[in-house]
Amino acid sequence: MKIRVDPDKCQGHARCYALLPELFSVDDYGQSTVVGDGTVPVELEDKAQLAIANCPEYAIEELSP
Amino acid sequence: MARRTSPVSDWATDFDVLDAGYIADPFSIWDELRQSCPIAHSSRRGSNWLPTRYEDITAMAHDIEHFSSVEVAVIPFDGEEPEETLLPYGLPPISVDPPVHTWTRRLLLPWFSHRKVDSYEAMTRDLCTTLIDAFIESGHADAAENYAQQIPVRVIARILGVPGELADTFTGWVRDVLEFADDEERRVGAMEALFTYFIAEVASRREQPSDDLLSELLQTEMDGAPLDDGVVLGAAALVLIAGVDTTWSSIGSSLWHLATHEEDRKRLVAEPELMSTAVEELLRAYAPVTMARLVTSDVDYKGCPMKAGDKLLMNFPAANRDPEVFADADKVILDRQHNRHVAFGSGIHRCAGSNLARMELKVALEEWLKRIPEFRLAEGAELSWAGGQVRGPRVLPVVFP
Repeated sequence: MKIRVDPDKCQGHARCYALLPELFSVDDYGQSTVVGDGTVPVELEDKAQLAIANCPEYAIEELSP
Repeated sequence: MARRTSPVSDWATDFDVLDAGYIADPFSIWDELRQSCPIAHSSRRGSNWLPTRYEDITAMAHDIEHFSSVEVAVIPFDGEEPEETLLPYGLPPISVDPPVHTWTRRLLLPWFSHRKVDSYEAMTRDLCTTLIDAFIESGHADAAENYAQQIPVRVIARILGVPGELADTFTGWVRDVLEFADDEERRVGAMEALFTYFIAEVASRREQPSDDLLSELLQTEMDGAPLDDGVVLGAAALVLIAGVDTTWSSIGSSLWHLATHEEDRKRLVAEPELMSTAVEELLRAYAPVTMARLVTSDVDYKGCPMKAGDKLLMNFPAANRDPEVFADADKVILDRQHNRHVAFGSGIHRCAGSNLARMELKVALEEWLKRIPEFRLAEGAELSWAGGQVRGPRVLPVVFP
């Protein structure tokens, strides 16, 4: 599973970071990014799905392999 | 008070957000409107539109071309604005559209980043402990006035670099501006007092800078020049006005919920690991804030003939109760997994202090439940709720063993 945060959609709600601080990083202005190249470790996939489902801006997308 | 609230006969065409019934239970009114007329209209206090569906509210929040933030007050003020000449952009960034919104928002955001908010957590926890110490032996408290109301204002005072001892004064100003905005004497008096105070604070920071938000704003340069005093004053006033009533209302509503829903209270005490989802769920169910937008040009939105100059009430609390988006929308589910709530708004005006508000709510509930795991409303208690722009309990007497 590979994901990314669309920087044009992200408004800094930081719900993804709260759910999964291992996978998301938020800068001082609230902009969220996925750490590394966006690959989600298998054991974090369920939580990554939760992050996708809780983003109020629909800013997290799953990239097709 | 200058309240003019004649009874509402038809919520679809004559709604009134200051109606006592609406303040007490807006939820059933929204449920009905979502079915019968999802964008209601009223000619009370100007021409106002009130959407109740999540899809419409989030779409409108993103349509900054038609719906401007230059007028965000839900209760319009039709007297003379004392601060108008002082503040070129009102209270930026909440009161402006891009491009001014973009750079003024960047001035404030770092003060409310995760890292900064983490550094305010210990003082927030100490504050909650001290507040509880003062009433725990007595077996009763006003959870709104003695607790919820006392927390955010002191954290905000710390950030701004102003004395926490003035908390009650700050709270009074904020209430007069937000909750009693249609009372000219109270609103104008509070705005004048607030800006007189901040003008003096700005002058003293200029002499003697500290490490607070006010000092840093004064030292910030834009395109090689210091910020206009009006920008500094407006942004500082915004931090106070937006950071106090709102979070205090959220803490109060959450405590009201736990005082009246024994199962949820017991569950949260037994399973403290649910706190993170519980906080999001309480924010969803009792979102305190409605913001307004100004319609910039005539536009037909789904058959609603909106005219330039009309007001649109961004009913984020109703969006959060929309059954199209939330299963069992009217039920509080402490471990709700899918929760795209918009308690902090949607789009470019997402609450800049959301990280702080979330931390304050979490810490306030954790400390309360740790010390007072069992509590309920006092027998025969007379509760009082504020509503309009910000909804939350103002009198909330509870008892505990």
